[in-house]
Amino acid sequence: MKTLVFIILSAALVNNYVLRQFLGICSFLGVSRELKSASGMSYAVIVVMLIATAVTYPIQKYLLDANNLGFLQTVVFILVIAALVQLLEIAIKKYMPPLYRALGVYLPLITTNCAVLGVTIANVAPDRAYTFAEAMMNAFGSGLGYLLAMVIFSGVRGHTEDANPPKSFRGLPLTLISAAILSLSFFGFSGVVENLFG
Amino acid sequence: MSRISILTKGIIRENPVLVLLLGTCPTLAVSTQAVNAVGMGIAATVVLLLTNIAISLLRKIIPDKVRIPCYIVLVAGIVTVVQMLLEAYQYSLFQALGIFLPLIVVNCIILGRAEMYASKNGVLDSALDAIGMGIGFTLALIVMASIREIFGSGTWFGVKLPVLDTHNISIMTMAPGGFVIFACMIALVNKLKNREMSDDDGCAGCAMADSCTSASKKISGEGSAKA
Repeated sequence: MKTLVFIILSAALVNNYVLRQFLGICSFLGVSRELKSASGMSYAVIVVMLIATAVTYPIQKYLLDANNLGFLQTVVFILVIAALVQLLEIAIKKYMPPLYRALGVYLPLITTNCAVLGVTIANVAPDRAYTFAEAMMNAFGSGLGYLLAMVIFSGVRGHTEDANPPKSFRGLPLTLISAAILSLSFFGFSGVVENLFG
Repeated sequence: MSRISILTKGIIRENPVLVLLLGTCPTLAVSTQAVNAVGMGIAATVVLLLTNIAISLLRKIIPDKVRIPCYIVLVAGIVTVVQMLLEAYQYSLFQALGIFLPLIVVNCIILGRAEMYASKNGVLDSALDAIGMGIGFTLALIVMASIREIFGSGTWFGVKLPVLDTHNISIMTMAPGGFVIFACMIALVNKLKNREMSDDDGCAGCAMADSCTSASKKISGEGSAKA
């Protein structure tokens, strides 16, 4: 139990995917303009990360590793994620229309979101040796970290829109500088999680 | 457009990282050391060249509706080959690039060029476009990695530099330094090109731009309808 909480917290805060490991930057910069789209995209990412890990972890352990096909990892994982996102879109469109209205528009973007492919590959990395439960917790924590970064950043962007920077810094450069400051503030978490669990 | 300008436009005028703003994730992540930047640049260039050639050859065969999945499968296959070659012959680079090597699959430069260029142009033009874009990506990575490595670690390509070696600004090699240097480089390009950016810039070259803008439009449309 203790290790599971430890994994969630370190994935969400210390090794935040967006702000510390530079995964999913495109969507972080592209969809974070409004709180509503930022949170919607993040929920969709959490759902897809969890389902993708639940599917790719057994595939890697019992299909690829067992048959010495580890080199197919990249191809298999991206195909599984692409198919999964498509199926998920069809399924929730039919059975859960309210959920589809909330997450549907973001699902096509998630296939090429490197955070999702990144988390599934990291979960089966031999040097981590995660169990299935640990891998799921890592996926959840990473998604949670993404949500946290997106929501905070959409708030920050609401303020930078009114700012009056030098002409060449308008737009993306100013957004990146704000991301740098946010990323700096996440450095405050390093060490906290380790010390909590001593 | 002449062949030469197809090749050279990727290097400066349409530099994929600094002007088209593609491939932000690997640019920020790998640019802590100049050596890794060169490795990543060459790996991505090889993948880009092979996919552009393959997609240009297959552009009349691939049905329009399933083109993105087809591209992704092609790219993933080529990335796997590059991964295996690096693991066999350049193991230290393979380890340094880590997870960003398989993630070349979802690098927007590759998909973006496949969608914007290779699917509409002939093989030779697509290959030249890939080489130009690859060189542009590699150069941007090297410049950024050099700044971060020289000031952050006091070395350049692993060679220790006097004075800076003992007075380094270690934040440069960490995540915030990456964001700041990248912001400054884009601002410099804006200054030189006399370009002013709006908030919507930076998505035009991406293969997913359509669904991305329709997603945010849909949301703001709903918001304004309620208001």
